[in-house]
Amino acid sequence: MYNFKNIYINDYYSLAGPIEKKSNLKKCDYFIEDYYFGEKTPEKAESKMQKIVIKNLIKDERPDLIIGSDLNNQLTATAMSVVDLKIPYIGHYCACASSASMLITLANFIMSKNIKKGLFIISSHTLVAEKQFRFPVEYGAPKPLRSSQTATAAVGIIVSNQESKIKIVSGLLGKVIDSGIKDVHNMGAIMAPSAVDTLIVFLNKSNTTVKDYDLILTGDLGKVGSEIFKAVLQKKYKIKINNHLDGGATLYKNFEYSGASGSAVLPLTLVTKVLTNKKYRKILYLATGTLHSTLLVNQKNSIPTLTHAIYMEVGL
Amino acid sequence: MNKKEYLKLVKEITPKEKRLSNSLNAFLVGGILGIVAEIIKMILVSIFSITITEAIGWVLLIYIFLAALFTALGFMDDLAQKYKSGILIPITGFAHSITSAIMDYKKDGLITGVGSNVFKLAGCVLLYGIFFAFVMAIIKVILYV
Repeated sequence: MYNFKNIYINDYYSLAGPIEKKSNLKKCDYFIEDYYFGEKTPEKAESKMQKIVIKNLIKDERPDLIIGSDLNNQLTATAMSVVDLKIPYIGHYCACASSASMLITLANFIMSKNIKKGLFIISSHTLVAEKQFRFPVEYGAPKPLRSSQTATAAVGIIVSNQESKIKIVSGLLGKVIDSGIKDVHNMGAIMAPSAVDTLIVFLNKSNTTVKDYDLILTGDLGKVGSEIFKAVLQKKYKIKINNHLDGGATLYKNFEYSGASGSAVLPLTLVTKVLTNKKYRKILYLATGTLHSTLLVNQKNSIPTLTHAIYMEVGL
Repeated sequence: MNKKEYLKLVKEITPKEKRLSNSLNAFLVGGILGIVAEIIKMILVSIFSITITEAIGWVLLIYIFLAALFTALGFMDDLAQKYKSGILIPITGFAHSITSAIMDYKKDGLITGVGSNVFKLAGCVLLYGIFFAFVMAIIKVILYV
């Protein structure tokens, strides 16, 4: 576990797609009406989404480092969006767990005084992910009820040592766990064991219980994964949690399938639903990710999973 | 909790697919498509006075064209989500898979994109279709010689 001193979230900007707009995401800054967003390919549209977020976050003082992630091969969308900025960049891939590992990396850079201010950019695009991980976009393979839909969103966060209301207190990088599950549709079941593992390690290392937090925020477990997560905690560790919120399960309203997935779901939930709600002061942020590729699934391997944790406090 | 217990828990919690209603849905929709095809065939035969074999060819062409058109217009995948395999199993599925692959890869170039990815989903139908036609032909030769 890493304890941070004077690491703050100074600013954030969020952008989301058309279905997200219909789901009453009121606090989101910008909505796109069309998946192509005036571009010719969905990858370029994702890149344009990131560019808009970055443009709204870089005002007078430029960040010393940009760290970015998306779900495309070799982080294509992010590479295209940072190309004109002339700011040092690292790309980062832990699938949907990237958001937490990126914040931890930035916090470490700032702690070691190598940089003062860093920018975090993450995005996911439903069409890009369909093409990358599933079938061609227009192909209508009937979806099973346990599957999830990749959300379309981009979120940027400015992290620095200048004091603000939102403080990043500590972080924990999780271990990769073999979920034992080969069914790629059931992403909640793949990620739940790793979410439990990281949560338990975090609680032990920080000598706290789940009741010490106002909110335990998980990424994209979905309805199915959230239920499994709670059931495993209950059965294996006798822990009952009432303060749990899952980004994926709550993003879409009246959704037939398990929920939303994608690396931007969790940061989007954080900046639109959690940081804007005065109820939540002590937030444990668990970014869950499945480390799968089409190759890994086609070769019938069980899917590895990873969860990183961050503890943040919101002041008055 | 070991792996076996975890898999059991996952199986308990994961929602079950509504197999019966999905199959019934596909059966009805596929059946209706079949009836419509039969009607089109009869109309073609009576209006253009062509043979039944020729009319069947035209019906297939119409279905393939409509599947490709609906895919390009963007609502074929929604229909497939709603009516399940009933809408894909008639010859429409093949056209649908090819058109959707072309639409995805048209921006990647004619050779590297469309050319190499057009049969991404339909390739297995071609390969195993041709392979088993070959096997059946050999069996036929052995049986009849």
